[in-house]
Amino acid sequence: MGEYVIKLPDVGEGVAEAELVEWHVKIGDLVREDAVLAAVMTDKATVEIPSPVDGEILWLGAEIGDTVAIGSPIVRLKVAGEGNVKGGTAEPAPRAEMPAKPAEVKSEPKAAPEPAEPPAKASSPVAAPKGTRPSSVTGVPRAEGEKPLASPAVRLRAKEAGIDLRQVPGSGPAGRISHEDIEAFLARGPQLARTTGLARKDGVEDIKVIGLRRKIAEKTSLAKSRIPHITYVEEIDVTALEELRATLNKDKHGAKGAEKPKLTLLPFLMRAMVKAIADQPNLNALFDDEAGVIHQHEGIHIGIAAQTATGLVVPVVKHAEARDLWDCAAEVNRLADAAKTGTATRDELSGSTITITSLGAMGGVATTPVINYPEVAIVGVNKMMVRPVWDGTQFVPRKMMNLSSSFDHRIIDGWDAAVFVQRIKALLETPALIFVD
Amino acid sequence: MKEISCKLLVIGAGPGGYVCAIRAGQLGVDTVIIEAGKPGGTCLNVGCIPSKALIHAAEEFEKVAHMAGGKSALGIAVAAPTLDLAKTVRWKDGLVSRLNSGVAGLLKKAKVKTVQGWATFRDGKTVEVETETGTQVIRAETVVIATGSAPVELPFLPFGGPVISSTEALALSEVPKKLAVVGGGYIGLELGMAFAKMGAKVTVVEALPRVLAQYDAELTRPVLKRLGELGVEVMLGAKAKGLSTKGDALLVETADTRNAKIVADKILITVGRKPLTEGWGLDQIDLDRAGKFIRIDDQCRTSMRGIYAIGDVTGEPMLAHRAMAQGEMVADIVAGHKRSWDKRAIPAICFTDPELVSAGLSPEEAKALAGEIKIGQFPFAANGRAMTRQGEDGFVRVLARADNHLVLGIQAIGQGVSELSTAFGLALEMGARLEDIAGTIHAHPTQGEGFQEAALKALGHALHF
Repeated sequence: MGEYVIKLPDVGEGVAEAELVEWHVKIGDLVREDAVLAAVMTDKATVEIPSPVDGEILWLGAEIGDTVAIGSPIVRLKVAGEGNVKGGTAEPAPRAEMPAKPAEVKSEPKAAPEPAEPPAKASSPVAAPKGTRPSSVTGVPRAEGEKPLASPAVRLRAKEAGIDLRQVPGSGPAGRISHEDIEAFLARGPQLARTTGLARKDGVEDIKVIGLRRKIAEKTSLAKSRIPHITYVEEIDVTALEELRATLNKDKHGAKGAEKPKLTLLPFLMRAMVKAIADQPNLNALFDDEAGVIHQHEGIHIGIAAQTATGLVVPVVKHAEARDLWDCAAEVNRLADAAKTGTATRDELSGSTITITSLGAMGGVATTPVINYPEVAIVGVNKMMVRPVWDGTQFVPRKMMNLSSSFDHRIIDGWDAAVFVQRIKALLETPALIFVD
Repeated sequence: MKEISCKLLVIGAGPGGYVCAIRAGQLGVDTVIIEAGKPGGTCLNVGCIPSKALIHAAEEFEKVAHMAGGKSALGIAVAAPTLDLAKTVRWKDGLVSRLNSGVAGLLKKAKVKTVQGWATFRDGKTVEVETETGTQVIRAETVVIATGSAPVELPFLPFGGPVISSTEALALSEVPKKLAVVGGGYIGLELGMAFAKMGAKVTVVEALPRVLAQYDAELTRPVLKRLGELGVEVMLGAKAKGLSTKGDALLVETADTRNAKIVADKILITVGRKPLTEGWGLDQIDLDRAGKFIRIDDQCRTSMRGIYAIGDVTGEPMLAHRAMAQGEMVADIVAGHKRSWDKRAIPAICFTDPELVSAGLSPEEAKALAGEIKIGQFPFAANGRAMTRQGEDGFVRVLARADNHLVLGIQAIGQGVSELSTAFGLALEMGARLEDIAGTIHAHPTQGEGFQEAALKALGHALHF
């Protein structure tokens, strides 16, 4: 019995590393030669890694989502015979020939233009569906008003099929339209075939949904499939709040001389939510819908939805009820930085009881936020803008901002939702109230 | 008389009308066709067919007369021939009546009801027909107007007496000694040349500076040459003024404004044809016109819903094969099929001597459309078959786009080239390029080889020239 090491093969196209996206085997599995062990993804293609030998899986060298360097061992197999590892050591023999080779490369449609690709890659089941016709957009383009060139039988067929032959590219000499061109046109549907410089593209790029993306997908579909959302949109006059904020931001240093964080609107909103939740604690809750229990939390842990390069994350400001305005601001800033740099801990990214989502400067008039399951409420901030507001005698410019908030209708009635948002509105429109107990 | 109701009513059983009715009948459309005269219209009764019969007789007679003159290169000698025109005309009438009954039979076979009589619109859906047995009212969902055309009459030379139209010319019982032809278009020249061959002294009076003015000068040159050989006098830029007081001569103002008198037994007026838009109640339905013609769209629909018009009444070219194609199309449309006029070429033929064919665009039109064009012209003087049938005059000419060699127009002049119109039309409809024609084997020895050679020549590598 020997040991056989499979290293990540050179998957071509000049890549130095690949992301492991799929294991087809687990430790202890018996595999046959050519059985697919794993799939790795480069930024260009997904490559399946077959087993070069029969054997039993002893060790897997990476987890899904790991980036693996070309040449590093990814699988160890127990094989009959000698294997390719000397003396049973974990280190592969230096002279060991690279046994694995890419069996199938699902090369992307926009495959790299290098002509000298290994033949194995030529079999590209994704990019070359059967029966794909070469682009038939050839021939001399017809001038405006010129009659399309086609035999009477082709013309008749087009007429009966309701096709305007002027729209059909002719593949024949001098742009003559053949029966095949009609068929191709019918198969493709009408399109602007003769526009200059624009090429038709038929490729389909298959993107594995893994990692954070998959998490987001699972979480949002869970939320949307389980929770009957009610979304409530209200506009808030934040003119007074903005004046206050500007005033507070002027003084950059606190009483103790420490630098104070720049206040955004968020800490005000967070404080307003704390106040409102004091009246409506059922909004600060997690609904375990399988157990049929609502966990109503005393501590208010506000998740702040944040966009990062890899996707949406929700760092959590813990115990907002125990933080003042400045503290909230500082914590939001700290967490936002951590999330953006990817240094946020698991703890910092979990445990929220209610969530704020804001598209920031992108704004928008209204959104339909998806509740951060299993929470029961999410408050969405839309873009602030100066809008004319009728004050009873005239239009006056006011800084207006919409809040789009979603609630779990199983737990929160529309009335309660409205009361909550109206309370926040009252607090934000008269910000002094936020600070009055 | 009991009213007839039908799905489709066709007025006029000329080539457009009867084809429309037959096709509609074949498609199961309940169809009635009205005809005042005999089925077949102008074409069959007093146009294409009888004129070709007469032209053929004239050709035969001329050949024999030529041989009798002792000038036959073929070494054939015969005694002086005579022509009994009355008998010729009876033969021609026999052909016509055979075809009349052929058309009637086809209509019957297609289950089309034929009503004999003169139709008048009462309204857009109702037509009255004056039949021998009384007035027949016909109501139809759809009406096709196929009333055709009639020879144009000159007000100062009204038909009657020595002044005749093509219709009378085809029914003469003897060859006029002197024939004046007013109008040097294709009808005037076809008939003028035929009578010249039969022994008449023919003078053609044409107001324009050229005969067959719709064709380019190069194409018509062999016809002019032959006119000269046949002793036909052609007066260009000359205006017919009227009949002499005695009725034995045509008064003409020549190109240099002299007054001339052309002594003639018969004066044949062939100055064109006009659409037949009167006498059948067009005023009752008030259709839009395009000039003298009824305006139609690309499906032959008139301005009134449910009324179609086809053939000569709808405009140029006034040719039977155009009317037939329109008739077929309209029948298809009435039967519920999607159709529209998408023909590329309506070949036109002059059965002059030699014959002249034009399909597609003329050189001028081709240049206007494509800018740069390639022209390949192959003379019959280099064609073996043309030599053997003593028809070396003429040529085949192919016009194609310079950029992609798409054939735009084809013309030919020469003996018997009317039959080449088939190949020309097919090439144009199929969207042939010069290479397609050049790459097709053309049987040897035929005049059709000239078509292939012309294409080769346009490509720069004619083999036999």
